[in-house]
Amino acid sequence: MTQTLHTTLLIIGGGPGGYVAAIRAGQLGIPTILVEGQALGGTCLNIGCIPSKALIHVAEQFQQTVHLSQGSALGIDVDVPTLDIRKSVEWKDGIVDRLTTGVAALLKKHKVQVIHGWAKIVDGKTVDVGDQSIQCEHLLLATGSKSVNLPMLPIGGPIISSTEALAPTRVPKRLIVVGGGYIGLELGIAYRKLGAEVSVVEAQDRILPAYDAELTQPVAESLKQLGVKLYLKHSVTGFEGGSLQVRDPEGGTLALDTDQVLVAVGRKPNTQGWNLEALDLAMNGAAIKIDNRCQTSMRNVWAIGDLSGEPMLAHRAMAQGEMVAELISGKSREFNPAAIPAVCFTDPELVVVGKTPDEAKAAGLDCIVSSFPFAANGRAMTLESKTGFVRVVARRDNHLIVGWQAVGAGVSELSTAFGLSLEMGARLEDVAGTIHAHPTLGEAVQEAALRALGHALHL
Amino acid sequence: MGTHVIKMPDIGEGIAEVELSVWHVKVGDMVVEDQVLADVMTDKAMVDIPSPVHGKVISLGGEPGEVMAVGSILISIEVEGAGNTKESALSAVVEQAAPAPKADIKAPVVESKPAAKPLVAAAQAPVARDADERPLASPAVRKHALDAGIQLRLVQGSGPAGRILHDDLEAYLQQGTTRASAGANPYAERNDEEQIPVIGMRRKIAQRMQDATRRAAHFSYVEEIDVTALDDLRVHLNEKHGASRGKLTLLPFLVRAMVVALRDFPQINARYDDEAQVITRLGAVHVGVATQSDVGLMVPVVRHAEARSLWGTAEEITRLATAARTGKASRDELSGSTITLTSLGALGGIVSTPVLNLPEVAIVGVNRIVERPMVIKGQIVIRKMMNLSSSFDHRVVDGMDAAQFIQAIRGLLEQPASLFLE
Repeated sequence: MTQTLHTTLLIIGGGPGGYVAAIRAGQLGIPTILVEGQALGGTCLNIGCIPSKALIHVAEQFQQTVHLSQGSALGIDVDVPTLDIRKSVEWKDGIVDRLTTGVAALLKKHKVQVIHGWAKIVDGKTVDVGDQSIQCEHLLLATGSKSVNLPMLPIGGPIISSTEALAPTRVPKRLIVVGGGYIGLELGIAYRKLGAEVSVVEAQDRILPAYDAELTQPVAESLKQLGVKLYLKHSVTGFEGGSLQVRDPEGGTLALDTDQVLVAVGRKPNTQGWNLEALDLAMNGAAIKIDNRCQTSMRNVWAIGDLSGEPMLAHRAMAQGEMVAELISGKSREFNPAAIPAVCFTDPELVVVGKTPDEAKAAGLDCIVSSFPFAANGRAMTLESKTGFVRVVARRDNHLIVGWQAVGAGVSELSTAFGLSLEMGARLEDVAGTIHAHPTLGEAVQEAALRALGHALHL
Repeated sequence: MGTHVIKMPDIGEGIAEVELSVWHVKVGDMVVEDQVLADVMTDKAMVDIPSPVHGKVISLGGEPGEVMAVGSILISIEVEGAGNTKESALSAVVEQAAPAPKADIKAPVVESKPAAKPLVAAAQAPVARDADERPLASPAVRKHALDAGIQLRLVQGSGPAGRILHDDLEAYLQQGTTRASAGANPYAERNDEEQIPVIGMRRKIAQRMQDATRRAAHFSYVEEIDVTALDDLRVHLNEKHGASRGKLTLLPFLVRAMVVALRDFPQINARYDDEAQVITRLGAVHVGVATQSDVGLMVPVVRHAEARSLWGTAEEITRLATAARTGKASRDELSGSTITLTSLGALGGIVSTPVLNLPEVAIVGVNRIVERPMVIKGQIVIRKMMNLSSSFDHRVVDGMDAAQFIQAIRGLLEQPASLFLE
């Protein structure tokens, strides 16, 4: 055994939660060691957010060109395009490389010691990495999450998880996506645009069951237009000889022939294989239980990000990581955001920030709900994407905005305006009274607020 | 012109963070060498930070009450010559400070705050929102409130929809210090509340008390002691030597009794490290004497009580108590005790349940002396009686040992000559 290392803060996991905590700790002068077994950047940078957006961009560009080659009203005439998916993947890998190298450089700049290897917990202040023992005052757990597997669909061969789907060597002729949540739909739509025949099997009665029906309607229509086949209220029973066995709502069995099956039925906290059991922490279901300071049930042991449960979003982990570093430095902090935005990069995109109409109602708030369609927005027309709308939820008594939702092309960028308005405590009048640039999609944000006040201008 | 940066010094004993207690200077002040810039506090003591240079303060690294990491920037001072930082490393600090443009402006940077808006500053009744109702405030205001230890729930918001603005927070902070007294009618119903941030000494005391009660298995043992003979001896010694050697209180006798009794009870003059699972028994008897100061409870230490005479102990107790009360006790004088003695003097009450000064395993509490009728050999006589209320860490001190230790002290105090017989 080599000599024991001593540090103030030891972080297990170099994903968005862990590396941000490390950078902030470095800025605050806290001696910090970060342990990562795979590549820095975690799921997000390597096999999640970033590569999926790269693949979605490739698919979108390819489909646009195909669309143009079929005779377009825009007056552009091109030949039928071809796709070299290996090159696409190389391009995507280049982006991932640049970002993960960037993370490594940032950690170095802030004097964080990175140890590559798999951490094994000994106790609340001791962690082994291989034959290296590390002693710390504060232990931050940021091991993220893993894809949920289905016992009847073990990953291997034609059955793939999102990880394999993000590094294809060829585009399958037929793909069945198991799971109609955001991961399944983002990838399913991308594969469809890349040329695969795509079907989606979902056990519930509609796609994106985590969001309300009004909001997901434009996505459902888009799937129809793209030719993605939906098997709602269907459940998977097995895979045999190149066909997926599915039970229909009436109890009958279907055999769906396919070349590949993508299992995307959610993610679960990564609590196995690093001796977390040794700490015997209080749990919240499958996740580690934390309070509003990300403290676990053990003193000076902290947990952030997917490991601490829903919502499993990189930006939540980052904010938690930053906060924990500041708490350890002695500052007084708590995790109390007004909202954590959630975005689906489907086509069209979907954004939810703050309370939906149903959630506001459940919270006992009397609210005005108002939406403004992109069909009445000039910029949306010039982008050939008139589907979707912006929706605002505000209290009836004082017009305080409690939530924003939007669906439409490019609306992910509106999440910034939504988040800011909620954090700053904006009222409908504040948004209505802010000049929004013309012509932009953002005008629909202002118009939604105006409409809630009873005087939309362009409707 | 250069910039001299002073970092939070490492005060030793592995302390990683230090609380900034008070600034003695502000941005724009001229300071001279050795002028005290700030007081900072560790677990153990208040420490002055003097200026090593002559120059002008250009930025402060924290707010009073803030716990700062050792090595973080405490203060930046503009000095003649090169300073001690490279320009590039410092740019961030300098930007923040926005120094006055040229040297011929002699006046220090005046904070030109607009006069507080009377509307906001007017005395506001504290508002209590429901516990689950989220106070409306921007992230910056929320952060400021956390830093200042204020519950936003209690702050009146003057913004649209009751939004709490920076000015509201400032007004709330100010009113804590300037609230008018209740007025003429002594029976008027009062609904005011006062928020006192738990910072500095109070935070340390709170942490230590909480830690002690959470970790140790306290048990208390009370015995009454006939101190008639002891008090007679004390009065006699004061009459005889008071003028030349100083007056004796009961404390030095108690210290002496503890020193003598501990010879037979080494397990009680000990420190228990419950993380390492080691008990350290100590030959030296360093008696912590709990002392009330303006900022709260402090425990200065009479070192090597076993090697001090009665008057030597008395003198040392007086010196340490004065140092602690005036905030001048050094860190060494406030640490390293092996057992603690606590007394509320005339307010000693009948019984108390002292909290251990971890990692020690015993604390001896002194209650009030009262004259009471006692039965001695079938006769009712008036005796001076005093209770000793002591607590022990039952994890490592057995009840029998603790009781025998207190009985030994009782024997020594009731037969005061035995205190000095070897």
